[in-house]
Amino acid sequence: MGISIELEVNGASVSDEVEPRLLLAHFLRENAGLTGTKIGCDTSQCGSCTILLDGKAVKSCTVLAVQADGSAVTTIEGLANGDYHPVQQAFWDNHGLQCGFCTPGMIISCVDLLSTNPQPSEDEIRHGLEGNLCRCTGYHNIVRAVQDAAETMNG
Amino acid sequence: MAGESNGAGVFGSSIRRREDPELITGHAKYTDDLQLPGTVYCTILRSPYAHAKINSIDSSEAEALDGVIGVYTAADIEESGTPGAIPVGWLLPDMKIPDHTMLAKDTARHVGDGVAIVVAEDQYTAHDALELIWVDYEALDGIADPKKATADGAPLVHDMAPNNIAFDWEIGDKEKTDAAFAGAAHVASLDIVNNRLIPNAMEPRAALADYNSITGELTLYMTTQNPHIHRLLMSLASLGLPEHKIRVIAPEVGGGFGSKIHHYPDEAITAWASMQVGRPVKWTATRTETYITDAHGRDHVTHAEMAVDADGKFLGLRVDTYAAMGAYLSTFAPAVPTYLYGTLMSGEYDLPAIHCHVYGVFTHTTPVDAYRGAGRPEATFVVERIVDEAARVSGIDPAEIRRRNFVSPDNFPYPTQVALEYDSGNYEGALDKALAAIGYDDFRRDQAAARSDGKYLGIGLSTYIEACGLAPSAVVGSLGAQAGQWESAVVRVHATGKVTVYSGCSGHGQGHETTFAQIVASALGVPYEDIDVIEGDSGVMPHGWGTYGSRSAATGGSAIASAAEKVVDKARTIAAHLLEAAEEDLEFEDGNFFVKGSPDQAQSLPDVALQAYLAHNLPKGIEPALEATSFYDPANFVFPFGTHIAIVEVCASTGHVELQRYLAVDDVGNVINPMIVDGQVHGGIAQGVGQSLFETAVYDEGANLLSGTMLDYAVPKAHFLPSFETDRTVTPCPHNPLGVKGVGEAGTIASPAAVVNAVVDALAPFGIAHIDMPVTSEKVWNAING
Repeated sequence: MGISIELEVNGASVSDEVEPRLLLAHFLRENAGLTGTKIGCDTSQCGSCTILLDGKAVKSCTVLAVQADGSAVTTIEGLANGDYHPVQQAFWDNHGLQCGFCTPGMIISCVDLLSTNPQPSEDEIRHGLEGNLCRCTGYHNIVRAVQDAAETMNG
Repeated sequence: MAGESNGAGVFGSSIRRREDPELITGHAKYTDDLQLPGTVYCTILRSPYAHAKINSIDSSEAEALDGVIGVYTAADIEESGTPGAIPVGWLLPDMKIPDHTMLAKDTARHVGDGVAIVVAEDQYTAHDALELIWVDYEALDGIADPKKATADGAPLVHDMAPNNIAFDWEIGDKEKTDAAFAGAAHVASLDIVNNRLIPNAMEPRAALADYNSITGELTLYMTTQNPHIHRLLMSLASLGLPEHKIRVIAPEVGGGFGSKIHHYPDEAITAWASMQVGRPVKWTATRTETYITDAHGRDHVTHAEMAVDADGKFLGLRVDTYAAMGAYLSTFAPAVPTYLYGTLMSGEYDLPAIHCHVYGVFTHTTPVDAYRGAGRPEATFVVERIVDEAARVSGIDPAEIRRRNFVSPDNFPYPTQVALEYDSGNYEGALDKALAAIGYDDFRRDQAAARSDGKYLGIGLSTYIEACGLAPSAVVGSLGAQAGQWESAVVRVHATGKVTVYSGCSGHGQGHETTFAQIVASALGVPYEDIDVIEGDSGVMPHGWGTYGSRSAATGGSAIASAAEKVVDKARTIAAHLLEAAEEDLEFEDGNFFVKGSPDQAQSLPDVALQAYLAHNLPKGIEPALEATSFYDPANFVFPFGTHIAIVEVCASTGHVELQRYLAVDDVGNVINPMIVDGQVHGGIAQGVGQSLFETAVYDEGANLLSGTMLDYAVPKAHFLPSFETDRTVTPCPHNPLGVKGVGEAGTIASPAAVVNAVVDALAPFGIAHIDMPVTSEKVWNAING
């Protein structure tokens, strides 16, 4: 039994008929074809699926697609127009990623963190990222990347 | 960035990774991101019991569900004629090798053992159908503890393995070691549990299989660290398809840490399902599924003793270990607690007598196999803990007792008592650098002052060595490996001078596309941007053995260096012909060939390449084109070493351990890209700190996994960890062309002992000799108050 929904995804309108139980993460990956949003767990721990929903970071595995009806979603693919967002640039410059699987969600969380706290301390960065797991970097260079991005954005 | 385009100076510079633009924009494609026309979805029903007889399976309700294409069991696989065997790739003498099949037939032997398969039109339906399959299980007793599993009367995992013993293995000289203890002034003795770990690569395992029944070709995209090994094992054992009809492709792979080396039933099941339904089939593990099926790591129960003389010199080490294998023998599982463990027992020390005895034990648990470090973290933990305990019982400072026992730099090659021959090292050099950087003497003063204020600070050393860069093929073959461990490379210079490099390694976060191009840029003197690196497709490059065991730089990088050298040799012959000079009179600098003293009359590598492809004017006997293939078999393992130091503060009233500083001085030989090497060290430390303070797979008495989700298993978060301090010494590997060792596992190998040594040091006033990992507040509190 489908329900019609319409979202703005990365600035473009996307509409579809979906099952009420369809997760937003699956909607973005399967229906909208945006596979940059990753699914790394089934208990909302890992944060790989983090996206911006009406400007706020949410785990898209914990939102039903129907709940996002009428909302604006930004995924990693839509974070910058052509060039890189300062946070993306900083992840590249500071080796803030290795396998890259957690990276889309991590970058979105960092964007959200810096929007609410433009000059976070190291401790605030580490606590601010508690919803996102990374198994490769030990977070060391992710912290450096956030510090670098903060400097650029405040620049 | 400086150095990104210049040829010769590229090796050794911190170039930003060329992999990253796709990854940071979400455009990189991992297995689950791929979609083929007509793809259907596979899910696997898994046993909820640790041990159960399967009396019957009723799949009629599931089959009737709209959208379900088929439900299959072990009987269906048998009837199809597919061999269905999941093989073990390392054989030990007298090892018990029980049958392991793609699906459990009549008995489930661990929580997660596959019982039935659903194929459906969409993912949600495929998961719904699992709940409509009715299995009549008869629950049986299970056992998870590897030592208790060997007791008479313990529930048996396989009837063919009495007392659940898969193998009984030893290395070293028992008599000599016993004699050493007879003359000891002090004996250090510890009981150690090396806690079971769940790998948690962030990308769950997945497979997308596309079988073409007309051509008989199977294309399998999957989360693999070694596409050729998967192809080989699927051809030989599970699927039985001709090897040349299987193409295994590793798209982007989201971490592995060992867990994507092994041949699991799941990828074979997905391929088999595609053969049945005639459509592409995708299977993607849920995280919960990865917790009960990804091969776990560690899980040892050990007793260790060190004999020490009156001057603090080590006389002998004996180690007895019960190592869990889990319910079946996973791909390389038997090697992990034997040849990757017992052979490391000499550590960095001149140890005259060693004996190590290991039982490999079946338990009703997820199989155990290589996880980052694989045997070497377990060995290092035993050695570095018993060395600290030896220091404690001898009344000698932990740094000093290490210094007294190190193999000295002028004593290489050093043959250990446990089969390895260390080729090079300067252990005291790394120790000195680390002690100076951490301020060891100042710390001891601060520690004493803090104790008088009721604050418990501790410092822990781990002076580790590892054997990696797997490995000399004949050596591992003689020890039981059913695989070679050389590596392949193709360096292809195109007519325009651009270069494509193919490697048999298969990276999954290590940055090979960057570092391997750095090797070639330096070797050929061509711009770094003109070189592409391709990995991870058994249909494209020569056979290779993949990426694990910190081997890619030492074996894959050496293969590339060797192929590049062959290219330069051929180009030199052609250039000499074009310059009408003798080959021995030619210089090769920054990509140009010229007669000594006449650099203005040069033939560049692109000039030579064009001539090689046109083939209008080649020297006699020289074939057209410009490319070379190398199959590089290393002469020895490589031996990274170093000193890691942890500083902790322990709260005596709550037991909480705070990791305040972590410093690593590693010697990984020559460094191709310092930024990437530091990143590997950071990640390795985080996983080792995770083991020492947070992570553990918990099974109850009946072998039910209690830590079955990320809610219950503490993968470290950012605020669990401090920033890390890293530094290096450089002792080049003497036997490979690049002088490189390996760095992927160093942090994970060194760090658990550093952290636990620091905790025990902090608690010295309480007379505590050891606390098992993970060192939780509860354990510390109980140790203080118990």
